[in-house]
Amino acid sequence: MDLTAKITGNILICRVKGDLDHHTAEEFRTFVDYNLENNPVKHLLLDLTNLSFIDSSGIGTLIGRYKKVSSVGGKVVVVNENKQVSRVFEVSGIYEIISSYSSISKAINDI
Amino acid sequence: MNVKNYMVLTIPSKSQNEAFARVVAAAFASQLDPNIEELADIKTAVSEAVTNSIIHGYEDREGEITIKCRMDEYSVEIEIKDEGKGIEDVEQARQPLYTSKPELERSGMGFTVMETFMDEVEVYSEIDKGTVVLMKKKFASLAKEQGVSGNEG
Repeated sequence: MDLTAKITGNILICRVKGDLDHHTAEEFRTFVDYNLENNPVKHLLLDLTNLSFIDSSGIGTLIGRYKKVSSVGGKVVVVNENKQVSRVFEVSGIYEIISSYSSISKAINDI
Repeated sequence: MNVKNYMVLTIPSKSQNEAFARVVAAAFASQLDPNIEELADIKTAVSEAVTNSIIHGYEDREGEITIKCRMDEYSVEIEIKDEGKGIEDVEQARQPLYTSKPELERSGMGFTVMETFMDEVEVYSEIDKGTVVLMKKKFASLAKEQGVSGNEG
């Protein structure tokens, strides 16, 4: 898994590359939480363009980040997830709490 | 099932083997040339079952997980077996959002994902003996080509 972070305004933009499963969940959680806690940000934007795979373990970590961000009034949004990721999102109901956008600029505008 | 080909894979219950197991199962199924979504369904379902064996079956100890795959002309059967602690209440474990480990940020959607992405999911479990998950998927894309309904049991 390859993770990069940048800050735009009060939004943490995190690019996720690779697979998000039980094996990589801890790395993802640690990286995102560290960046949320050590930067003046409120919202989390996950760029999933290069996320090739997710399963329910990955969903668990997304729900965890959602709880953390929403507890301080922030939003979590995702951008450009592939079809496999989108199907797992649908089945798990995550679109009820996390909105999806086709581009980073659209997501930023809407936050 | 008129078995055309099969494979058996045994791996230790290490989390880095989750990706390996799902890729192997999908590579095996790809011999039938299903579409990309159907292969993704196999990968996702296998990932869920193998992860369950690692997290719930073996918990903090290491054991072996055996994955058996069989195929006929347009479907695959995948069996994922562990010799872990077993599931006390299979019906409860299959409920959406149920997790025995809420402290671990588990979504409780593993079996729901398996049931959604595969045509059949059977679970056999015995306390202190282990768990077997048997999943079947008929590739609708191939059945259609052959003039067979993809939704028949």
